[in-house]
Amino acid sequence: MSSPLEPGTDIELATMIGDALADHESLEIFGGGSKRSLGQPLEVDREISLAGLSGITLYEPEELVLSARAGTPLTEIQECLAEKGQELAFEPPDWRALLGTTGEQTIGGIVATNLAGPRRIRAGAPRDHLLGVSLVTGRAETVKTGGRVVKNVTGYDLCKLVAGSYGTLGIATDLTVKVLPAGEKTRTVLVSGLDAKDAVKALNLALSSPHDVSAAAYVPGVLTGCSSVSYVSGAGAALAAVRIEGPGPSVEARCLALRDILSGYGAIEELHFHNSSRFWKEIADVSPFFDTHDVVWRVSVPPSIAASTVQRIQEEIDADFYFDWGGGLIWIGLKSQPADGGASVVRGAFEIGDGHATLVRAHSELRSTLPVFQPQTKPVKALSQRIKRAFDPGSILNPGRMSLSLEAANAN
Amino acid sequence: MEMPEPDAAIIARRAAIVEELRRIVPAESVIAEEEGLRAYECDGLTAYRQLPLIVVLPESTQQISRILKYCHEANVKIVPRGAGTSLSGGALPLADAITLGLGKLNQILEIDYSNRCVVTQPGVTNLAISQAVDGDGFYYAPDPSSQIACTIGGNVAENSGGVHCLKYGLTTNNLLGLEIVLMDGEVIRLGGKHLDSGGYDLMGIITGSEGLLGVITEITVRILAKPPAARALLIGFDTSEEAGSCVAAIIAAGIIPGGMEMMDRKAIHAVEDFVHAGYPLDVEAILIVELDGPDEEVEYLTGKVEQIARETGARLVRASQSEDERQLFWAGRKAAFPAVGRISPDYYCMDGTIPRHKLPEVLKRMSEASERYGLGVANVFHAGDGNLHPLILYDANVPGDLEKAEEFGAEILTLCVEVGGVLTGEHGVGVEKRDLMETMFTEIDLKQQQRVKCAFDPAQLLNPGKVFPTLHRCAELGRVHIQSGEMRFPDLPRF
Repeated sequence: MSSPLEPGTDIELATMIGDALADHESLEIFGGGSKRSLGQPLEVDREISLAGLSGITLYEPEELVLSARAGTPLTEIQECLAEKGQELAFEPPDWRALLGTTGEQTIGGIVATNLAGPRRIRAGAPRDHLLGVSLVTGRAETVKTGGRVVKNVTGYDLCKLVAGSYGTLGIATDLTVKVLPAGEKTRTVLVSGLDAKDAVKALNLALSSPHDVSAAAYVPGVLTGCSSVSYVSGAGAALAAVRIEGPGPSVEARCLALRDILSGYGAIEELHFHNSSRFWKEIADVSPFFDTHDVVWRVSVPPSIAASTVQRIQEEIDADFYFDWGGGLIWIGLKSQPADGGASVVRGAFEIGDGHATLVRAHSELRSTLPVFQPQTKPVKALSQRIKRAFDPGSILNPGRMSLSLEAANAN
Repeated sequence: MEMPEPDAAIIARRAAIVEELRRIVPAESVIAEEEGLRAYECDGLTAYRQLPLIVVLPESTQQISRILKYCHEANVKIVPRGAGTSLSGGALPLADAITLGLGKLNQILEIDYSNRCVVTQPGVTNLAISQAVDGDGFYYAPDPSSQIACTIGGNVAENSGGVHCLKYGLTTNNLLGLEIVLMDGEVIRLGGKHLDSGGYDLMGIITGSEGLLGVITEITVRILAKPPAARALLIGFDTSEEAGSCVAAIIAAGIIPGGMEMMDRKAIHAVEDFVHAGYPLDVEAILIVELDGPDEEVEYLTGKVEQIARETGARLVRASQSEDERQLFWAGRKAAFPAVGRISPDYYCMDGTIPRHKLPEVLKRMSEASERYGLGVANVFHAGDGNLHPLILYDANVPGDLEKAEEFGAEILTLCVEVGGVLTGEHGVGVEKRDLMETMFTEIDLKQQQRVKCAFDPAQLLNPGKVFPTLHRCAELGRVHIQSGEMRFPDLPRF
């Protein structure tokens, strides 16, 4: 394939998509390429890089709003926000080490994949922060939706369809997001020695308290050793962790209150400053599985079934796990190599409709033969396909990225 | 306001439709007599009234599925309705459509503290959800001012906000799962008790779709622990510019208050005469800033906000010293609409959102327009998120006054869009703002939104005449225009 096309303007992008539509050519569209190995592998006629559409176009800290072109590196946005004490509250994770990619993460990419870090449980995902988008659809039309204000119910909320659609409906060129003040202070309370079941109970207790917990995770003893935070790696035991953020006096008081609430569950330790940030970055970035686990699943379930889900999986396959989101997110790293990548066991561990499992890391043969995303019920799938056709009738934008192509599905 | 031409053939078949519906639900759940239909002739936007063809009040998802399937096959239109509190005419009946009332689906199905969520039917009121979990220290965060009456199903359909949404988000940010019935009767479940179910975010697109995409039959919302402390500050300013810069400075200092409301002079005076909340009468604007959270945080931030208020020129800063005093500060704001109702025979409530720093400009131009139309305007304003509620004062008994008020309202909303804002922050488009959609969206934007409608409801039988100024047939919208030769994309500039 020839080198990727690199549009410098929306109009050039629309022209490229228009040409592809007329010529029945399929396109893979990417930003920095940091998450290109997420989803079903693609076979396309042409590639389009959005790296040329870059730059922050509006930032008004006192209005809590920032607009940027799709290819703007996340680091550029995060540095700009940090100067004003603000942040992207959904805490974008960095999966480059996990996925073995190197490119820059971009704002367009994080919205297209709707990935959120540990603060998801308190602050939401990219979908919750996307205020407005300009996108070029598979019809080569430029469509604007939403706006630049935080409160807006004018027309359908197409922003929600754009977030998490992996560039299969339209290509966002300009995105406006809500930004929020970063906590002035951060602390993490660690409780050691719990099993998975008790950990979920302890995390739920903390999350049900009025102390505004911003993250809640559990790392079993077999994985704590790989942390770069000495308090964690030296614990020699499983750890449940809750994070508190906010103004200094408030964080100190809440930290004390949470220590008290959790004291019955095990020995308590605290992480401050950089240790706290590093620990949560490891949780967000899936660093416990970086070098050791070839197949990694991300499973979202109601927290109350997290422990039993893991137990069912571990009865069938040799796997490590840890929890984020108070147990609502289970990371599974396989230590063995079942032929189906563990799909039947992982997806069979919870009732249909109770959760969803995504195959995040696996070699491309496995990803091209398995549904990477949780298979949908027939009517939901049919409706999703009608929406796809409404935006991209020629099926030229990242075709098949979110599901097996129709032919492959029939062959199975 | 033009509504789609009623289909005479459907109206002629009314008796047969009633009979068919009575096969699905008990006879008394189908209302066909004028006296009974009268109760459904309008919603909260009372200027528009229309008797529905028939009203049907199902009791289960299964009945709704059968009703929609029948209507789909018989080509009969449906207008879904919750409590009918919409301020934009979202539940306005049509002469040739069945109004589908969801009031009988009024049960909370499950309270699940281990997953911090509540599963409920759509006809449960917003407040009832908070009340059901209050004793255990939880609440449901979005709190539209009509929360005592409005239903959670309607909240989802309209993506309702409320005073606390700057900090806690709109309905869409507090949902975990939905069950909906599509127009062809198919029942689908989206999300559940878990987060971020891959695939297209159908729950997100249905939320705020104003009853045009499906009928919502079950909702899972997340609940939060109640903040242990709350304190309000009453702050008075000589100018609205100063009040605006105080709001900006609070946010720039990294503080997101639980609520931040502004009122202008006219609203302050109307309210003070009515409820005696102790508001100062010699100021141009007041702010009510509420801080909620742990005790230590509320104490600390109260001090910071007091300081910021003084630095931005506040003439009066008072922090509530008791729960009673906090309630009193709010009593004024909460009574603002009825208070304005006392100083004017009628008022028309607008709902635009603007970038906050445009407030002085918008207020100035609004007061110029007020003189031009000869109609007063009182302003209450969700200051934190830029959502304006100008109340236009008029008298429906004066011929031409209502039309003037509507014209003034349209001018205000157009102004909101012009300064970078939007037509509606929380009340919805409905019929009220339908014909203004083109001030905010291009024809291409609106056609793409309607293609989403077509993916859900290709025959366009659900709540027609709302949201979109022009109805296009789905077949026409589905066409892909590819022409061979040099004019392949005539709309695209070429280099």
